[in-house]
Amino acid sequence: MKAIQPAGTGCECDGKKSADIPTSGIKKSNPGKAVIPGLLGITVWYLVYRQLEPFSYFFAYSLAGLEEGSHLGEAVQFFVYDTPKVMMLLTLIVFVIGILRSFFTQERTRKYLAGKRETVGNVMAAFLGIVTPFCSCSAVPLFLGFVQAGVPLGVTFSFLIAAPMVNEIAVILLYGLLGWKVAAIYLVTGLMIAIISGWIIGRLKLEHWIEDWVQAMRAGEAVVIEEKLSWADRIARGREAVHDIVGKVWIYVVAGIGVGAAIHGYVPETFMASIMGKGAWWSVPGAVLVGIPMYSNAAGIVPVVEALLGKGAALGTVLAFMMSVIALSLPEMVILRKVLKPKLIAVFIGVVGSGILFTGFLFNLII
Amino acid sequence: MEIKVCGPGCASCEKAQKTVEAAIAAKGIQATLVKVTDFQEIAQLGIFSTPAVVIDGEVKCVGRAPKQSEVEDWLS
Repeated sequence: MKAIQPAGTGCECDGKKSADIPTSGIKKSNPGKAVIPGLLGITVWYLVYRQLEPFSYFFAYSLAGLEEGSHLGEAVQFFVYDTPKVMMLLTLIVFVIGILRSFFTQERTRKYLAGKRETVGNVMAAFLGIVTPFCSCSAVPLFLGFVQAGVPLGVTFSFLIAAPMVNEIAVILLYGLLGWKVAAIYLVTGLMIAIISGWIIGRLKLEHWIEDWVQAMRAGEAVVIEEKLSWADRIARGREAVHDIVGKVWIYVVAGIGVGAAIHGYVPETFMASIMGKGAWWSVPGAVLVGIPMYSNAAGIVPVVEALLGKGAALGTVLAFMMSVIALSLPEMVILRKVLKPKLIAVFIGVVGSGILFTGFLFNLII
Repeated sequence: MEIKVCGPGCASCEKAQKTVEAAIAAKGIQATLVKVTDFQEIAQLGIFSTPAVVIDGEVKCVGRAPKQSEVEDWLS
């Protein structure tokens, strides 16, 4: 198996953090004003986007004069098409999510989930996991806050599973590189795993496996700083998010697509089929096991996923691998160990791992 | 003046700390900067998302690294 580029950033933290824009008093917020420049921006974006594919052919075969159908020509065309395509999609989505996130603070999410019964709570937690700013290093304070606010343990886990796994960068990269079907499958199964795993952990009644100091903790009253944000502030946050996230992950995207392009032209299509193809049943658990110690953010892993799929690896196996890398990460376990007893961490890995295994086998079976 | 920067020490916490240091320097005031990394201690302050900045016992921001201009406002 190819080595995964480790996510140099290590922690997605500041990636997902909402940007730092000051609260701007009580400015009259007027969404109407932003509509015209917004529409204009989208139109320009779309027109440029439409030209990317024809341009890549023009670049590779006319400008660079490469032979059509040659390995090098294909690789160059692929790279010149995919890189701006993925970057443009990423920029748009990160911008929109950045604005969306200004409506969902962790404080607000906690309040939503506090009074919820389990099943409903699990579903809500998984969805809120997508839009709430979260980073794996703030998993512990978040956990303490949830416990203190009386959010059920299972619901808390649904959130902790969904937040890193069902992530807009992963979904958009899958869409850009592999099409909307794979992106939708990933989104839906990711949410299902978060909801069901959290529900199971809740049913198991494992509250006594939370570290004792957490139970005994007399935490202070949660400090909530409600910010009054105008539309201009929210748009500024979107822009800030683009600056933060795209500024950080572009290098992985370019490197990943570069690797993809190299493989595209040269490595035979069936290269991975014998190791990660449908025929090899053990490849799904193998992929999950290999994925646990690896830690990469979505931006780093998706191009690898694309390369594996393109070379004959089965979809289920590759999805299992990707989910395992993103959702079951060793650094996060180490951090969570501060609040969870080892037994509960083992249950967490077991339940989520089984969900991922099931997903892997299911898609190898039906696709 | 006592300023606490709370956070386990990830990238945005480092950023918050640097910003506060820069703001102190820019304002040229006397202040002690304490870095709080212990989760229990952070929770006792009522803070459940990091990084957070506390000035003389008052929580100024939670869950994000503030801008330098903001911190300077808080310091004056």
